[in-house]
Amino acid sequence: MIAIIDYGMGNIHSVNKALEVCGAKTLITNKVQDIKSCDKAVLPGVGAFDDAVSELKKQGLIEPILEHIKNKKPFLGICLGMQLLFDESAEAQKEKGLGVFNGKVEKFKHSHDLKVPHMGWNQLKTSGECPLLKDIPDNSFVYFCHSYYPLPYDKSIIAGLTNYGQDFAAIVWKDKVFGMQFHPEKSQGIGLRMLQNFVNLC
Amino acid sequence: MLTKRIIPCLDIKDGRVVKGVKFLGLKDAGDPVEVARVYDKEEADELVFLDITASFENRKTLVELVEKIAKNIFMPFTVGGGVGDIGDIRNILNAGAEKVSVNTQAVKLPQLISEASKRFGSQCIVVAIDAKLVTSHQSPVTSNGQGTDKWEVYINGGRTPTGLDAVEWARKAAKLGAGEILLTSMDYDGTKDGFDIGLTKAITEAVGIPVIASGGAGKPEHFFDVFSKTSADAGLAASIFHYQEYSVRQVKECLREKGIPVRL
Repeated sequence: MIAIIDYGMGNIHSVNKALEVCGAKTLITNKVQDIKSCDKAVLPGVGAFDDAVSELKKQGLIEPILEHIKNKKPFLGICLGMQLLFDESAEAQKEKGLGVFNGKVEKFKHSHDLKVPHMGWNQLKTSGECPLLKDIPDNSFVYFCHSYYPLPYDKSIIAGLTNYGQDFAAIVWKDKVFGMQFHPEKSQGIGLRMLQNFVNLC
Repeated sequence: MLTKRIIPCLDIKDGRVVKGVKFLGLKDAGDPVEVARVYDKEEADELVFLDITASFENRKTLVELVEKIAKNIFMPFTVGGGVGDIGDIRNILNAGAEKVSVNTQAVKLPQLISEASKRFGSQCIVVAIDAKLVTSHQSPVTSNGQGTDKWEVYINGGRTPTGLDAVEWARKAAKLGAGEILLTSMDYDGTKDGFDIGLTKAITEAVGIPVIASGGAGKPEHFFDVFSKTSADAGLAASIFHYQEYSVRQVKECLREKGIPVRL
Protein backbone atom coordinates (compact mmCIF):
# COMPACT_ATOMS: atom_id res chain seq x y z
CA MET A 1 0.00 0.00 0.00
CA ILE A 2 1.27 3.45 -0.94
CA ALA A 3 0.28 6.35 1.30
CA ILE A 4 -0.34 9.56 -0.63
CA ILE A 5 0.08 12.24 1.96
CA ASP A 6 -2.78 14.71 1.73
CA TYR A 7 -1.85 17.75 3.80
CA GLY A 8 -3.98 20.26 1.93
CA MET A 9 -1.38 21.44 -0.57
CA GLY A 10 -2.71 21.01 -4.04
CA ASN A 11 -3.56 18.25 -6.40
CA ILE A 12 -3.38 14.67 -5.23
CA HIS A 13 -5.83 13.05 -7.65
CA SER A 14 -3.42 12.92 -10.57
CA VAL A 15 -0.64 11.28 -8.57
CA ASN A 16 -3.09 8.89 -7.02
CA LYS A 17 -4.64 7.87 -10.32
CA ALA A 18 -1.27 7.57 -12.05
CA LEU A 19 -0.08 5.18 -9.32
CA GLU A 20 -3.29 3.19 -9.60
CA VAL A 21 -2.77 2.88 -13.34
CA CYS A 22 0.65 1.46 -12.49
CA GLY A 23 -1.10 -1.23 -10.49
CA ALA A 24 -0.50 0.17 -7.02
CA LYS A 25 -2.89 0.09 -4.12
CA THR A 26 -3.02 3.62 -2.75
CA LEU A 27 -4.40 5.38 0.26
CA ILE A 28 -4.94 9.14 0.29
CA THR A 29 -4.42 10.09 3.89
CA ASN A 30 -3.33 12.60 6.49
CA LYS A 31 -3.39 10.10 9.34
CA VAL A 32 -0.20 9.31 11.19
CA GLN A 33 -1.17 5.68 11.65
CA ASP A 34 -1.76 5.17 7.91
CA ILE A 35 1.66 6.57 7.02
CA LYS A 36 3.24 4.31 9.59
CA SER A 37 1.51 1.20 8.32
CA CYS A 38 2.01 1.78 4.57
CA ASP A 39 5.11 0.33 2.96
CA LYS A 40 5.64 3.29 0.63
CA ALA A 41 4.73 6.97 0.73
CA VAL A 42 4.42 9.85 -1.71
CA LEU A 43 4.54 13.53 -0.75
CA PRO A 44 3.07 15.69 -3.54
CA GLY A 45 2.53 19.42 -3.24
CA VAL A 46 1.97 22.69 -5.00
CA GLY A 47 2.12 26.08 -3.33
CA ALA A 48 4.22 27.99 -0.87
CA PHE A 49 7.02 26.38 1.17
CA ASP A 50 6.06 28.04 4.47
CA ASP A 51 2.41 27.05 4.18
CA ALA A 52 3.38 23.48 3.36
CA VAL A 53 5.71 23.09 6.34
CA SER A 54 3.22 24.65 8.73
CA GLU A 55 0.48 22.33 7.44
CA LEU A 56 2.72 19.30 7.96
CA LYS A 57 3.51 20.50 11.48
CA LYS A 58 -0.07 21.30 12.33
CA GLN A 59 -1.21 17.87 11.21
CA GLY A 60 1.64 16.14 13.04
CA LEU A 61 2.96 14.58 9.83
CA ILE A 62 6.66 15.41 10.03
CA GLU A 63 7.50 12.76 12.59
CA PRO A 64 5.81 9.86 10.73
CA ILE A 65 7.44 11.00 7.45
CA LEU A 66 10.89 11.03 9.05
CA GLU A 67 10.23 7.69 10.69
CA HIS A 68 9.12 6.18 7.38
CA ILE A 69 12.35 7.37 5.78
CA LYS A 70 14.47 6.21 8.72
CA ASN A 71 12.94 2.75 8.39
CA LYS A 72 14.21 2.68 4.78
CA LYS A 73 10.75 2.43 3.31
CA PRO A 74 10.50 3.91 -0.21
CA PHE A 75 9.54 7.58 -0.21
CA LEU A 76 8.92 9.91 -3.16
CA GLY A 77 8.64 13.70 -3.00
CA ILE A 78 7.24 15.46 -6.05
CA CYS A 79 7.82 19.15 -6.89
CA LEU A 80 7.21 21.11 -3.66
CA GLY A 81 7.09 17.73 -1.92
CA MET A 82 10.70 17.21 -2.99
CA GLN A 83 11.79 20.71 -1.97
CA LEU A 84 10.41 20.16 1.53
CA LEU A 85 12.93 17.36 2.03
CA PHE A 86 15.83 19.85 1.91
CA ASP A 87 17.18 21.95 4.79
CA GLU A 88 15.82 25.31 3.73
CA SER A 89 14.31 27.35 0.90
CA ALA A 90 14.86 30.84 -0.46
CA GLU A 91 11.07 31.02 -0.70
CA ALA A 92 10.59 30.56 3.05
CA GLN A 93 10.23 33.43 5.50
CA LYS A 94 9.93 31.41 8.66
CA GLU A 95 9.93 27.64 8.21
CA LYS A 96 12.79 25.17 7.75
CA GLY A 97 12.62 22.07 5.61
CA LEU A 98 12.78 18.48 6.83
CA GLY A 99 16.53 18.16 6.29
CA VAL A 100 16.38 14.68 4.78
CA PHE A 101 18.60 15.99 1.98
CA ASN A 102 21.32 18.51 2.84
CA GLY A 103 21.09 21.62 0.75
CA LYS A 104 18.78 24.46 -0.04
CA VAL A 105 16.12 25.43 -2.49
CA GLU A 106 16.94 28.44 -4.69
CA LYS A 107 14.96 30.61 -7.07
CA PHE A 108 15.81 30.82 -10.77
CA LYS A 109 17.27 34.21 -11.57
CA HIS A 110 15.26 35.83 -14.28
CA SER A 111 17.33 37.32 -17.10
CA HIS A 112 16.88 38.37 -20.69
CA ASP A 113 17.20 34.77 -21.88
CA LEU A 114 15.70 33.06 -18.89
CA LYS A 115 12.00 33.27 -18.19
CA VAL A 116 10.76 32.37 -14.75
CA PRO A 117 8.82 30.12 -14.05
CA HIS A 118 10.57 27.31 -15.91
CA MET A 119 7.53 25.92 -17.67
CA GLY A 120 7.16 23.10 -20.14
CA TRP A 121 8.91 19.98 -21.39
CA ASN A 122 12.63 19.73 -20.77
CA GLN A 123 15.17 16.93 -20.91
CA LEU A 124 16.72 14.76 -18.22
CA LYS A 125 20.38 13.86 -18.23
CA THR A 126 20.49 10.78 -16.10
CA SER A 127 23.41 9.46 -14.16
CA GLY A 128 24.05 6.50 -11.91
CA GLU A 129 21.81 3.59 -11.20
CA CYS A 130 18.70 5.23 -9.79
CA PRO A 131 16.07 2.48 -9.76
CA LEU A 132 13.31 4.92 -10.76
CA LEU A 133 15.18 5.55 -14.03
CA LYS A 134 15.21 1.93 -15.09
CA ASP A 135 14.31 1.76 -18.82
CA ILE A 136 14.18 5.56 -19.06
CA PRO A 137 16.29 6.68 -22.04
CA ASP A 138 18.76 9.49 -21.45
CA ASN A 139 17.45 12.91 -22.58
CA SER A 140 13.81 11.94 -22.08
CA PHE A 141 11.38 14.82 -21.83
CA VAL A 142 9.48 15.48 -18.61
CA TYR A 143 7.11 18.28 -17.61
CA PHE A 144 8.30 21.13 -15.38
CA CYS A 145 6.32 23.95 -13.84
CA HIS A 146 8.34 25.73 -11.11
CA SER A 147 10.30 28.82 -10.09
CA TYR A 148 12.45 27.18 -7.38
CA TYR A 149 14.95 24.34 -7.69
CA PRO A 150 16.96 22.26 -5.22
CA LEU A 151 20.68 22.73 -4.68
CA PRO A 152 22.01 19.64 -2.88
CA TYR A 153 25.38 20.02 -1.13
CA ASP A 154 26.23 16.40 -1.75
CA LYS A 155 26.28 16.14 -5.54
CA SER A 156 26.34 12.36 -5.39
CA ILE A 157 22.60 12.32 -4.63
CA ILE A 158 21.82 13.83 -8.04
CA ALA A 159 20.35 11.15 -10.29
CA GLY A 160 19.11 13.44 -13.05
CA LEU A 161 20.08 16.90 -14.26
CA THR A 162 18.12 19.33 -16.37
CA ASN A 163 19.48 22.43 -18.02
CA TYR A 164 17.67 25.70 -17.63
CA GLY A 165 20.15 28.55 -17.69
CA GLN A 166 22.33 26.16 -15.70
CA ASP A 167 22.21 22.49 -14.80
CA PHE A 168 20.00 21.81 -11.79
CA ALA A 169 19.02 18.66 -9.90
CA ALA A 170 15.77 17.36 -11.37
CA ILE A 171 15.98 14.00 -9.58
CA VAL A 172 17.67 13.32 -6.26
CA TRP A 173 18.07 9.93 -4.68
CA LYS A 174 19.55 8.60 -1.46
CA ASP A 175 18.85 5.11 -0.11
CA LYS A 176 15.11 4.70 -0.58
CA VAL A 177 14.25 8.41 -0.73
CA PHE A 178 13.55 9.97 -4.12
CA GLY A 179 12.71 13.50 -5.16
CA MET A 180 11.50 14.77 -8.53
CA GLN A 181 11.31 18.45 -9.39
CA PHE A 182 9.15 17.73 -12.44
CA HIS A 183 5.70 16.13 -12.46
CA PRO A 184 5.91 12.43 -13.37
CA GLU A 185 2.12 12.23 -13.10
CA LYS A 186 1.88 14.85 -15.89
CA SER A 187 4.70 13.56 -18.06
CA GLN A 188 2.68 11.10 -20.13
CA GLY A 189 4.23 7.67 -20.78
CA ILE A 190 7.74 8.46 -19.51
CA GLY A 191 6.40 9.76 -16.21
CA LEU A 192 4.18 6.73 -15.74
CA ARG A 193 7.17 4.46 -16.33
CA MET A 194 9.07 6.19 -13.53
CA LEU A 195 6.09 5.81 -11.21
CA GLN A 196 5.85 2.17 -12.25
CA ASN A 197 9.49 1.78 -11.19
CA PHE A 198 8.60 3.28 -7.82
CA VAL A 199 5.65 0.91 -7.47
CA ASN A 200 7.94 -2.03 -8.31
CA LEU A 201 10.47 -1.17 -5.60
CA CYS A 202 10.61 -3.43 -2.62
CA MET B 1 16.58 21.98 -23.78
CA LEU B 2 13.21 23.53 -22.98
CA THR B 3 10.98 23.02 -26.01
CA LYS B 4 8.31 25.21 -27.57
CA ARG B 5 4.86 23.98 -26.66
CA ILE B 6 1.93 23.23 -28.98
CA ILE B 7 -1.38 23.55 -27.18
CA PRO B 8 -4.83 22.61 -28.49
CA CYS B 9 -7.65 24.57 -26.87
CA LEU B 10 -11.08 23.11 -26.09
CA ASP B 11 -14.18 25.19 -25.41
CA ILE B 12 -16.39 23.64 -22.76
CA LYS B 13 -20.07 24.31 -22.13
CA ASP B 14 -21.97 22.54 -19.35
CA GLY B 15 -19.23 19.96 -19.13
CA ARG B 16 -19.18 19.19 -22.87
CA VAL B 17 -16.85 20.17 -25.69
CA VAL B 18 -18.52 22.66 -28.01
CA LYS B 19 -17.53 23.95 -31.44
CA GLY B 20 -17.04 20.96 -33.65
CA VAL B 21 -14.40 18.43 -32.91
CA LYS B 22 -14.26 16.02 -35.82
CA PHE B 23 -11.91 13.19 -35.09
CA LEU B 24 -12.56 9.97 -36.87
CA GLY B 25 -13.41 7.15 -34.55
CA LEU B 26 -14.60 9.22 -31.64
CA LYS B 27 -17.73 7.76 -30.14
CA ASP B 28 -18.68 11.01 -28.52
CA ALA B 29 -16.97 14.13 -29.86
CA GLY B 30 -18.54 16.13 -27.05
CA ASP B 31 -16.80 14.23 -24.27
CA PRO B 32 -13.83 16.29 -23.08
CA VAL B 33 -12.03 13.21 -21.74
CA GLU B 34 -12.31 11.40 -25.05
CA VAL B 35 -11.07 14.42 -27.01
CA ALA B 36 -8.27 14.99 -24.52
CA ARG B 37 -7.20 11.37 -24.96
CA VAL B 38 -6.74 11.94 -28.70
CA TYR B 39 -4.48 14.91 -28.02
CA ASP B 40 -2.64 12.97 -25.34
CA LYS B 41 -1.84 10.28 -27.91
CA GLU B 42 -0.72 12.92 -30.39
CA GLU B 43 1.66 14.18 -27.72
CA ALA B 44 0.23 17.64 -27.49
CA ASP B 45 2.37 19.42 -24.90
CA GLU B 46 -0.51 20.81 -22.86
CA LEU B 47 -4.24 21.34 -23.18
CA VAL B 48 -6.34 24.37 -22.38
CA PHE B 49 -9.99 23.95 -21.37
CA LEU B 50 -12.02 27.12 -21.56
CA ASP B 51 -15.39 27.04 -19.85
CA ILE B 52 -17.60 29.32 -21.90
CA THR B 53 -20.71 28.91 -19.78
CA ALA B 54 -18.90 30.30 -16.81
CA SER B 55 -21.94 30.80 -14.64
CA PHE B 56 -22.09 30.13 -10.95
CA GLU B 57 -24.24 26.99 -11.29
CA ASN B 58 -21.73 25.49 -13.66
CA ARG B 59 -18.75 25.82 -11.33
CA LYS B 60 -19.49 22.47 -9.77
CA THR B 61 -19.84 20.76 -13.13
CA LEU B 62 -16.53 22.24 -14.18
CA VAL B 63 -14.68 21.06 -11.08
CA GLU B 64 -16.12 17.56 -11.53
CA LEU B 65 -15.00 17.62 -15.13
CA VAL B 66 -11.48 18.70 -14.17
CA GLU B 67 -11.31 15.77 -11.77
CA LYS B 68 -12.44 13.39 -14.45
CA ILE B 69 -9.86 14.68 -16.93
CA ALA B 70 -7.06 14.50 -14.36
CA LYS B 71 -7.93 10.91 -13.61
CA ASN B 72 -7.71 9.89 -17.24
CA ILE B 73 -5.06 12.03 -18.89
CA PHE B 74 -1.53 12.21 -17.55
CA MET B 75 -0.52 15.45 -19.17
CA PRO B 76 -0.59 19.06 -18.02
CA PHE B 77 -3.65 21.17 -18.62
CA THR B 78 -4.94 24.65 -17.86
CA VAL B 79 -8.53 25.52 -17.02
CA GLY B 80 -10.08 28.94 -17.47
CA GLY B 81 -13.35 30.76 -18.03
CA GLY B 82 -15.29 32.65 -15.40
CA VAL B 83 -12.74 32.16 -12.64
CA GLY B 84 -13.90 34.61 -10.00
CA ASP B 85 -12.04 34.16 -6.74
CA ILE B 86 -9.43 32.31 -4.73
CA GLY B 87 -11.94 29.56 -3.99
CA ASP B 88 -12.48 28.85 -7.69
CA ILE B 89 -8.73 28.69 -8.25
CA ARG B 90 -8.19 26.36 -5.31
CA ASN B 91 -11.00 24.02 -6.39
CA ILE B 92 -9.72 23.76 -9.95
CA LEU B 93 -6.11 23.14 -8.85
CA ASN B 94 -7.13 20.60 -6.23
CA ALA B 95 -9.19 18.80 -8.84
CA GLY B 96 -6.04 18.22 -10.88
CA ALA B 97 -5.42 21.12 -13.27
CA GLU B 98 -1.81 22.24 -13.55
CA LYS B 99 -2.73 25.88 -14.06
CA VAL B 100 -5.72 28.17 -13.82
CA SER B 101 -6.28 31.00 -16.24
CA VAL B 102 -7.88 34.24 -15.09
CA ASN B 103 -9.10 36.94 -17.45
CA THR B 104 -11.96 39.34 -16.66
CA GLN B 105 -11.69 39.05 -12.90
CA ALA B 106 -7.95 39.75 -12.97
CA VAL B 107 -8.67 43.06 -14.70
CA LYS B 108 -11.45 43.93 -12.28
CA LEU B 109 -9.54 42.83 -9.21
CA PRO B 110 -5.78 42.67 -9.85
CA GLN B 111 -5.07 41.64 -6.23
CA LEU B 112 -6.53 38.26 -7.17
CA ILE B 113 -3.30 37.63 -9.11
CA SER B 114 -1.04 38.51 -6.20
CA GLU B 115 -3.12 36.66 -3.65
CA ALA B 116 -3.39 33.52 -5.77
CA SER B 117 0.27 33.44 -6.73
CA LYS B 118 1.31 33.85 -3.11
CA ARG B 119 -0.99 31.04 -2.05
CA PHE B 120 -0.48 28.54 -4.87
CA GLY B 121 2.73 29.73 -6.53
CA SER B 122 3.15 31.86 -9.65
CA GLN B 123 3.70 28.79 -11.78
CA CYS B 124 0.01 27.88 -11.73
CA ILE B 125 -1.51 31.32 -12.31
CA VAL B 126 -2.06 32.22 -15.96
CA VAL B 127 -3.39 35.63 -16.89
CA ALA B 128 -5.34 35.54 -20.16
CA ILE B 129 -5.35 38.74 -22.16
CA ASP B 130 -7.65 39.39 -25.12
CA ALA B 131 -6.15 42.29 -27.05
CA LYS B 132 -7.25 44.34 -30.03
CA LEU B 133 -5.27 46.84 -32.04
CA VAL B 134 -6.20 50.43 -31.41
CA THR B 135 -7.05 51.57 -34.89
CA SER B 136 -6.21 55.23 -34.69
CA HIS B 137 -3.75 55.38 -37.54
CA GLN B 138 -3.49 51.86 -38.89
CA SER B 139 -5.76 49.04 -39.83
CA PRO B 140 -5.38 45.80 -37.86
CA VAL B 141 -3.84 43.82 -40.70
CA THR B 142 -0.88 46.17 -41.05
CA SER B 143 0.16 45.83 -37.44
CA ASN B 144 3.91 45.85 -37.92
CA GLY B 145 5.44 45.30 -34.51
CA GLN B 146 7.68 48.32 -34.91
CA GLY B 147 6.78 49.63 -31.51
CA THR B 148 4.25 52.21 -32.58
CA ASP B 149 1.18 50.02 -32.33
CA LYS B 150 -1.08 49.99 -29.28
CA TRP B 151 -3.44 47.25 -28.23
CA GLU B 152 -6.40 47.52 -25.91
CA VAL B 153 -7.45 44.86 -23.41
CA TYR B 154 -11.00 43.52 -23.73
CA ILE B 155 -12.87 41.52 -21.10
CA ASN B 156 -16.09 39.51 -20.84
CA GLY B 157 -15.15 37.26 -23.71
CA GLY B 158 -14.02 40.14 -25.91
CA ARG B 159 -17.23 42.12 -25.50
CA THR B 160 -16.09 44.91 -23.21
CA PRO B 161 -13.22 47.30 -23.92
CA THR B 162 -11.34 48.33 -20.80
CA GLY B 163 -9.20 51.24 -21.92
CA LEU B 164 -6.17 49.32 -20.61
CA ASP B 165 -3.05 49.13 -22.76
CA ALA B 166 -2.24 45.44 -23.33
CA VAL B 167 1.52 45.83 -22.91
CA GLU B 168 1.09 47.78 -19.68
CA TRP B 169 -1.42 45.28 -18.37
CA ALA B 170 0.84 42.33 -19.18
CA ARG B 171 3.68 44.03 -17.34
CA LYS B 172 1.49 44.69 -14.33
CA ALA B 173 0.12 41.14 -14.28
CA ALA B 174 3.65 39.72 -14.33
CA LYS B 175 4.68 42.05 -11.54
CA LEU B 176 1.70 40.96 -9.45
CA GLY B 177 2.83 37.36 -9.73
CA ALA B 178 1.30 35.86 -12.87
CA GLY B 179 3.35 32.89 -14.04
CA GLU B 180 2.30 32.98 -17.66
CA ILE B 181 0.38 35.11 -20.15
CA LEU B 182 -2.15 33.55 -22.52
CA LEU B 183 -2.29 36.18 -25.21
CA THR B 184 -5.12 36.18 -27.74
CA SER B 185 -5.18 38.56 -30.66
CA MET B 186 -8.80 39.50 -31.31
CA ASP B 187 -7.80 40.90 -34.69
CA TYR B 188 -6.31 37.61 -35.87
CA ASP B 189 -8.51 35.12 -34.03
CA GLY B 190 -10.46 33.04 -36.53
CA THR B 191 -8.65 34.43 -39.59
CA LYS B 192 -6.21 31.52 -40.05
CA ASP B 193 -3.79 34.11 -41.41
CA GLY B 194 -1.17 33.41 -38.76
CA PHE B 195 -0.43 34.70 -35.28
CA ASP B 196 -0.26 38.41 -34.54
CA ILE B 197 3.51 38.84 -34.63
CA GLY B 198 3.47 42.52 -33.66
CA LEU B 199 1.33 41.99 -30.57
CA THR B 200 3.16 38.84 -29.50
CA LYS B 201 6.53 40.54 -29.90
CA ALA B 202 5.45 43.57 -27.91
CA ILE B 203 4.17 41.44 -25.02
CA THR B 204 7.05 38.94 -24.91
CA GLU B 205 9.52 41.81 -24.82
CA ALA B 206 7.65 43.48 -21.97
CA VAL B 207 7.56 40.52 -19.54
CA GLY B 208 9.97 37.91 -18.18
CA ILE B 209 7.38 35.14 -17.86
CA PRO B 210 6.33 32.61 -20.52
CA VAL B 211 3.81 33.76 -23.14
CA ILE B 212 1.35 31.56 -25.06
CA ALA B 213 0.45 33.07 -28.44
CA SER B 214 -3.12 32.49 -29.54
CA GLY B 215 -5.38 33.47 -32.41
CA GLY B 216 -4.85 33.05 -36.15
CA ALA B 217 -3.08 29.71 -36.52
CA GLY B 218 -4.03 28.17 -39.87
CA LYS B 219 -1.01 26.03 -40.80
CA PRO B 220 2.24 24.70 -39.33
CA GLU B 221 4.32 27.54 -40.83
CA HIS B 222 2.39 30.02 -38.70
CA PHE B 223 3.83 28.39 -35.58
CA PHE B 224 7.30 28.67 -37.09
CA ASP B 225 6.71 32.37 -37.74
CA VAL B 226 5.67 33.14 -34.20
CA PHE B 227 8.54 31.13 -32.67
CA SER B 228 11.19 32.52 -35.00
CA LYS B 229 10.07 36.14 -34.92
CA THR B 230 9.11 36.46 -31.26
CA SER B 231 10.17 34.77 -28.04
CA ALA B 232 6.73 33.20 -27.48
CA ASP B 233 7.01 29.94 -25.55
CA ALA B 234 3.90 28.22 -26.82
CA GLY B 235 1.35 28.40 -29.61
CA LEU B 236 -2.31 27.68 -29.01
CA ALA B 237 -4.89 26.75 -31.61
CA ALA B 238 -8.34 25.23 -31.79
CA SER B 239 -9.90 24.66 -35.18
CA ILE B 240 -6.88 23.47 -37.17
CA PHE B 241 -6.52 20.61 -34.71
CA HIS B 242 -10.20 19.93 -34.08
CA TYR B 243 -10.98 19.61 -37.77
CA GLN B 244 -7.85 17.55 -38.34
CA GLU B 245 -6.55 19.99 -40.92
CA TYR B 246 -3.20 19.35 -39.29
CA SER B 247 -2.21 17.13 -36.41
CA VAL B 248 -0.11 18.33 -33.50
CA ARG B 249 2.60 16.01 -34.75
CA GLN B 250 2.59 17.59 -38.22
CA VAL B 251 3.05 21.01 -36.68
CA LYS B 252 5.91 19.73 -34.55
CA GLU B 253 7.58 17.97 -37.45
CA CYS B 254 7.48 21.16 -39.48
CA LEU B 255 9.02 23.07 -36.57
CA ARG B 256 11.74 20.51 -36.02
CA GLU B 257 12.67 20.59 -39.69
CA LYS B 258 13.11 24.32 -39.43
CA GLY B 259 15.26 24.09 -36.32
CA ILE B 260 12.76 25.01 -33.59
CA PRO B 261 13.16 22.78 -30.51
CA VAL B 262 10.09 20.61 -29.96
CA ARG B 263 9.33 17.43 -28.10
CA LEU B 264 8.81 14.60 -30.57
